Formats: sequence, structure tokens, C-alpha cells
Amino acid sequence: MTGKPSAPTSTQSRRRFLGNIARAAGGACAFGLVVGIFGRQAQSLPAQVLRPPGAGNENDFLAACVRCGLCVRDCPYPTLSLADVAGDIPVGTPYFIARNVPCEMCDDIPCVKACPTNALDSKLTNIDDARMGLAVLIDNETCLNMQGLRCDVCHRVCPLINEAITLEMQHNTRTGAHAIFVPTVHSDKCTGCGKCERACVLDKAAIRVLPRYLAKGSIGEHYRLGWIEKELKGESLVPAVQDMPDRLPFGSTIAPRGPK
Amino acid sequence: MKNNKFPGQDAIASKGWLVAHKWLLLRRASQFFILALFLIGPLTGVWIVKGNLTSSLTLGVLPLSDPFVILQSLSAGHVVAATGLIGAAIVIVFYMLVGGRVYCSFVCPMNLVTDASRWLAKKFDLPKGWQPSRHARLWALGTVMITAMVTGVMAWEMLNPVTMLHRALVYGTSTVWTVALAVFIFDLVVSRRGWCGHLCPMGAFYGLLGRASVLRISAIKRKDCNDCMDCFEVCPEAHVITPALRGADTGTGPVVVSGDCTNCGRCIDVCAKDVFIFTTRFKNEAPEKNEQITDKKPTPQRAA
Ligand code: SF4
Ligand code: SF4
Ligand code: SF4
Repeated sequence: MTGKPSAPTSTQSRRRFLGNIARAAGGACAFGLVVGIFGRQAQSLPAQVLRPPGAGNENDFLAACVRCGLCVRDCPYPTLSLADVAGDIPVGTPYFIARNVPCEMCDDIPCVKACPTNALDSKLTNIDDARMGLAVLIDNETCLNMQGLRCDVCHRVCPLINEAITLEMQHNTRTGAHAIFVPTVHSDKCTGCGKCERACVLDKAAIRVLPRYLAKGSIGEHYRLGWIEKELKGESLVPAVQDMPDRLPFGSTIAPRGPK
Repeated sequence: MKNNKFPGQDAIASKGWLVAHKWLLLRRASQFFILALFLIGPLTGVWIVKGNLTSSLTLGVLPLSDPFVILQSLSAGHVVAATGLIGAAIVIVFYMLVGGRVYCSFVCPMNLVTDASRWLAKKFDLPKGWQPSRHARLWALGTVMITAMVTGVMAWEMLNPVTMLHRALVYGTSTVWTVALAVFIFDLVVSRRGWCGHLCPMGAFYGLLGRASVLRISAIKRKDCNDCMDCFEVCPEAHVITPALRGADTGTGPVVVSGDCTNCGRCIDVCAKDVFIFTTRFKNEAPEKNEQITDKKPTPQRAA
């Protein structure tokens, strides 16, 4: 049998043996590099593609999901699909596109229950805790509410109305006499189900669900907002403003301010 | 010189066509039956088996998972849930009993593709092409697991044509034929039997399971062998036959012990002398004295 690493008996056969090993190891390295590159490339998911409830970050999900489609089968709606061979979503993984079919946020979360590997985390038992993405009012220039009209559709369809999305009143400077009701998403409540994006009446939605890592900013670790710190401590963090004696230019007649 | 393009003629003459194709027919029936089990649900709405070969649920109670894929997930650092682990354990135990590469010969949908390719290549006498070492697939298997560890994702599952093919068949995606066609053409023009016989890491994994499996082929009546070479011609892993069939003079038992053997049973079909049977690996007693063969047999050519 060729290639079988049998005990070398002479220098020549030892050389052949080592050559075979080197060739196999080289082949394995080349193969590994190709596979590895594919693996890394597939981790950048298009922004409009969302994972089912309970999926962790994309890296963890691609380590966990065996692409069996049991979640797809148990979803009572046409929400989930498995990615096709040709396309920019890692082949065989379950996903949904909110603008096409959003997640209906089933109370019993059948997709999570169906998952045999925990790629969809079984610790997710309340669908309101799902974080599939985050809705963002992405285009102020076309959103009807932002023009001062009362569309409100995204607000009204939200399963967590007045929690995940609220209408915040602003002065309408165009008319000078009316209000603008700004659809405002709250990241601590939004599940990313996509019903708002689906329902947006525009030709192209002005509100869209994005992966949370794209949608969410983050304040620097060192940064402190004074009013919040003050509220936490119950008083100002720095001692009250000290009143220094005013040094007036010689001969000035302005009376010094402040308590005497 | 005997025409080995159509092996099994002697067996058909002596046993009849049906008996001379028994295991081949059973194997095809098994492949289509398993595919049908997965397809009945999506086609009729009556769910017997849900999911696909990587992980499935039968009749709502029996979880089965592909241990090769689960091992990739573990290598990538994921803590697989109990359902997945139990499913993989059941599958491992099953193949430890019936033979690891029974997966290849009775279950895997890609086998239909590569068998078709091999049949066509023989019909048109195409050259065998590139024949990498049989150990290439073990290197591939190791590389798949290491890549999963290094990248932290199941990188091979982005490329694995076997899981892709079955998923595409069951979920009816439009590009179902592309991966099958790729492997078919590779086997046809680049490397005959190259995929299943040399490269597939999944086959390598099940082959490792088969190294200890119970059910085995045995060349029990090897002293009746008349050197027609038909078994070597049909065997997808012909090298596994030699030690069992020709081992009498070196004191090797008649059981085919190599994990590479797929237990497809085709050797039983085509042997007019009924040399082969299915038995267990424990029935591998040392050859009897009167079995000693005096004249040295020619070393067989490895069949494609
Ligand atoms: S929560 Fe319900 S609608 Fe949403 S993906 Fe899961 S099963 Fe489908
Ligand atoms: S059920 Fe779990 S493992 Fe299967 S496709 Fe869905 S997320 Fe992946
Ligand atoms: S070697 Fe691979 S593709 Fe071929 S039958 Fe076995 S698992 Fe399937």
C-alpha cells in the first residue's frame, strides 16, 4: 500500500518516508489555510440578515449551529430559512430578513426549544429578553413622523409599544405651531423582532433592525456624565463652588458680587 | 485475460441476477429509504423525521446527531447541549456495532453521486487520474478539527459538500445540484474515487469508528477462491480485501478488520464461490492447517 508509513529499512526508504510525511503535512496545511480563510470570511454577515432569538454573537453562533434546520421547521411562521449554497450568508445557517418576514415573538419560543446544540440559548425563556438586533430610525429625511406627519405605524406595530419604542415630542420649527413625534427606540427593551421595519409604509424603510454591534454606540469607559453621577451619589462629587475674592483692577468702582 | 469491466458475470451465472445483486439492491434501498424519511415531512406535512443528517428528531422523541459535526462544534469551543451529545452518542454506538463506514455505504447521499461517477468512468475507460495516499483523508480530518480550534468556528461546514448536499435535498434549495456536480466531475476527471476513497474527512471519521466495530466481512471460505479478481474490481476500498483473502500463508485471519471497509457487501454479491459472509470481528480465529495455500498467489492490482 502506498503512503503507509512503515518502518524505514534503508536511507533511501527513510527519505521516501519523510518525503511522504512532508507532502501530506504540506497538503494538510494548504487545505487548512483554505478552510480557515473561508471560516473567517463567513463571519461578516450582511447587516440586514438577522439570527433567530437566542443566538449569541456571530462567532459563537458559527461554532455552535450545526445547520440542521430544526428551528426553521418548528417556527410556525415563514420567518426562518436556511441559507442557500450561493450567497453571502454562511451556507446552511438559519436567518431572517425583517423587511420580508419579521419574527412574531412566540411566547413559547419553539425555535429555541427545537435547537439540539444550544446555538439558540435555552436560557432564553422570555421572548421579551431576545436581542436579535436593534431597531434604528435610520433616515430622518424620509420618516413621515420626522416631517411632522402622524404616521406612527412603527410605534403601533411594536409588540413592546411604549417600552421598546416611544414617540418623543419635539417642536416643529417648520410650521412653528405644531409638534414632531419622533419614533425613539430604547435599546434596553428592543428585541430586534423587525415588525417596525416590516411595517414602515415607505418604499424603503426608514426604520431598520441592525445587528446590535452595528446599531449601538458606546461611551468611553472613563467617561462620566456629571448629572448621572450626582444622582447616584445624592450630591455633587466636587465640593460646592468656592467663592474666591474678586481681584479688581486698582481704582475700579464695580461693586463685588456674591454674598458678603 | 478476463474482462473485468463487468465483474460479477460468474456470480450471475451461478446464483442468478437477483442474488448476485442482493447487497447492492439493499444498499440502494436503504439510501433512498433514508432520504425518503427526511423528505416525507416537507412534502406531505406528516413529520416522521425532522431536520437533516447533521441533527434530526425522529417521531418527536429520538434525537440523532452526526458525531463528526458535533466534534467540530466541540473543537470550535462550543459547549454542545445534552440533546446534541446524546444524539451523537447514539449514532456512535450504532456504527460501532454495524461498522463505521456503513454510514458511507448505506446512508450518505454523496455515495450515490460518487458511485455513479465511478460507474461512468469505468464504462468509458477514463484514466484513474490523481490517486493521493489513502491517509490523505486522515490528514484532512485532523486539519478540519484543528481549523475549527484555530478559527473558533466550524470552518469546514462552510465547504463540506456532504452535509451541503443532504441539506439542499431536504430543504429544497435551488442550488441543490452544484455541490453534487462538483464532486461528480472531480471524481470523473480529476481523481477516480478521489472523494470517498481518498479525501472525505467524514468518511475518515467513520472509518476510525469502524476500526473497532463488531459487524465485519469475512473471507471465510478463502480456500475456495479462484482468483477471478471480481471482488477487488467492485470493492470501493480494494486494499482491505488483500490481508483477509490472501492472509492464509502469513497466518492472518479471514476477517476484514480495516476500518476503511464500508461493509457494503458487494464482494458477497459478486463472488461466485461464496467466499465472503457477514460475521463479527471476534470470529477471526487463526487459519487452519489444511487452509495453507502452497503456490503463491499474484499480488492483486488495486482496483479503482
Ligand atoms: S420566536 Fe417564533 S416567530 Fe420568532 S423565529 Fe422563533 S419560532 Fe419563529
Ligand atoms: S436548530 Fe439550532 S443548530 Fe439547528 S439550525 Fe437552528 S440554530 Fe442551528
Ligand atoms: S466517504 Fe464521505 S462522501 Fe463518501 S460515502 Fe463516506 S461520508 Fe459520504
